[in-house]
Amino acid sequence: MEEYTFLRQLADSWGLLVMFLTFVGIIFWAFRPGSRAWHDDAANIPLRHDDRPAPLAGEHPAAVQGGEGQ
Amino acid sequence: MLNYIKLIALGLIALFAMIAANYARDLAYMVHAILIMLVAAGMFLWVLRRIDEPVASTAGLQNEYMDGVIRYGVIATAFWGVVGFLAGTFIAFQLAFPVLNFDWAQGYLNFGRLRPLHTSAVIFAFGGNALIATSFYVVQRTSAARLWGGNAAWFVFWGYNLFIVLAATGYLLGATHGKEYAEPEWYIDLWLTVVWLVYLAVFVGTIVKRREPHIYVANWFFLSFIVTVAMLHVFNNLAIPVSIWGSKSVEVFSGVQSAMVQWWYGHNAVGFFLTAGFLGMMYYFIPKQAERPVFSYKLSIIHFWALIFLYIWAGPHHLHYTALPDWASTLGMVFSIILWMPSWGGMINGLMTLSGAWDKLRTDPVIRMMVISLGFYGMSTFEGPMMSIRAVNALSHYTDWTIGHVHSGALGWNGMITFGALYFLVPKLWNRERLYSLSLVSWHFWLATIGIVLYAAAMWVTGIMEGLMWREVDANGFLVNSFADTVAAKFPMYVVRGLGGVLYLTGAIIMCYNLWMTVKRSPAVETSVANAHATPAE
Repeated sequence: MEEYTFLRQLADSWGLLVMFLTFVGIIFWAFRPGSRAWHDDAANIPLRHDDRPAPLAGEHPAAVQGGEGQ
Repeated sequence: MLNYIKLIALGLIALFAMIAANYARDLAYMVHAILIMLVAAGMFLWVLRRIDEPVASTAGLQNEYMDGVIRYGVIATAFWGVVGFLAGTFIAFQLAFPVLNFDWAQGYLNFGRLRPLHTSAVIFAFGGNALIATSFYVVQRTSAARLWGGNAAWFVFWGYNLFIVLAATGYLLGATHGKEYAEPEWYIDLWLTVVWLVYLAVFVGTIVKRREPHIYVANWFFLSFIVTVAMLHVFNNLAIPVSIWGSKSVEVFSGVQSAMVQWWYGHNAVGFFLTAGFLGMMYYFIPKQAERPVFSYKLSIIHFWALIFLYIWAGPHHLHYTALPDWASTLGMVFSIILWMPSWGGMINGLMTLSGAWDKLRTDPVIRMMVISLGFYGMSTFEGPMMSIRAVNALSHYTDWTIGHVHSGALGWNGMITFGALYFLVPKLWNRERLYSLSLVSWHFWLATIGIVLYAAAMWVTGIMEGLMWREVDANGFLVNSFADTVAAKFPMYVVRGLGGVLYLTGAIIMCYNLWMTVKRSPAVETSVANAHATPAE
């Protein structure tokens, strides 16, 4: 089969199906039970660590004074 | 050791540029070779003079953000913004008053040469610098980590601005691919590819070493923008140089394939450069300015992936009624219409972030700017799908309606959200308590808004008018109007459009003054309160 016909048929059969199912999967994944806490935490990211990076695990917390929240 | 390698590389580049300037087959190439020679030689001297200086310790830097490069990015954004708006206003008046295509500057400053200078200056210089600066700011804050790659971020900034200077001077001297929004010639394209890959590395590197468990949604948008633009840029610029000593190159695609690749690139430049990247900005700066988290994180995930899956197919709507097969342009049209939903998902998510805090609109002109940018985003993402419908396109295509649509998106959405981000960033980056003057922000807001309204309204009227004039036939089936008739009829609207540009430009100049005075005059943040608050030493 020539390349164009092959790619065309792949695009409107398996290619379409894979992309559509991936997208539907993403929607279900976003609404999965228990995602709310995860999302609330992520949504608040911009409101902390305004002035300096977070300390690495085990670092002295005095280095973080400037950070808001957390 | 590294310094010696740098010296050798810079010396070789300068030498090669000298040889290239000597053999140059056209003016643009020669000017660029001399420019590159000067830059490389200047850097050679700079490295040489610092070669045995003691190197400052970088040990403690991981606990500070890298903000120096962002300060430069903010300055470059404001500067290129004014340059781009000025060029746009000038060419608007060139269209209204052709005498402004001065005889003494033919071949350099006529409309055909200045038009790509304007589009590249506003999209790539103003928008690009804004995206690079804000993405560096946002990825650090939302990853709670310093930028990855040390001085690579500086390379991205200076490399990108060198790309802009090469592109702009090339247009004036006549070096162009002739592909809309992808005009730079082959060696400039190669340089941009290098810069862009380093940009990708810095961005991904910072995400990888993040100290937050999640990748915040703004970073998803920025990442999709960087990755997709890399892909679009490489494919649309596949070309073979005629000579290594000249700027001319020949594209590998031809005919309808060339057109399709061009508009696949062109529309996704809108989708990923001007939409995804700026949505990344929106998802950080609106929550920050409103001081509350985004309305719905779930919605942000879904509309992100919907945008990614849909935008990439929308390009063929630029090629209705051409040699492109009907099925392909129908596909583009259908995807463009579906795209309306995820676009409005983003707008709703941004606007609803203000729910419960709408009073801020009364007191805070910066947030007013961000909100009106979302308004224009919603408006142009409704107008766009409508114009992609084949029947509407039959009237709108090749008319000024398209130009009006682009500008309500670019001036309204991209411009306003960038101004909002700049007003947010300057006090933060220069450690100032607040902006110099909020009433000047209000002046900027109203001048820009009225300017856009004048521009868009004038282009709607003139676009629909000329579309109708072109297709008007008399009882015997002959066309009623000549092309020159439509040009004459458009004159008043062209003057109004130019005046809209003047207002928008004035607003931007007021912004620059306000930001300058913020740095010069506003009180610094009290350092005694937060001793860990000092400006990063960079």
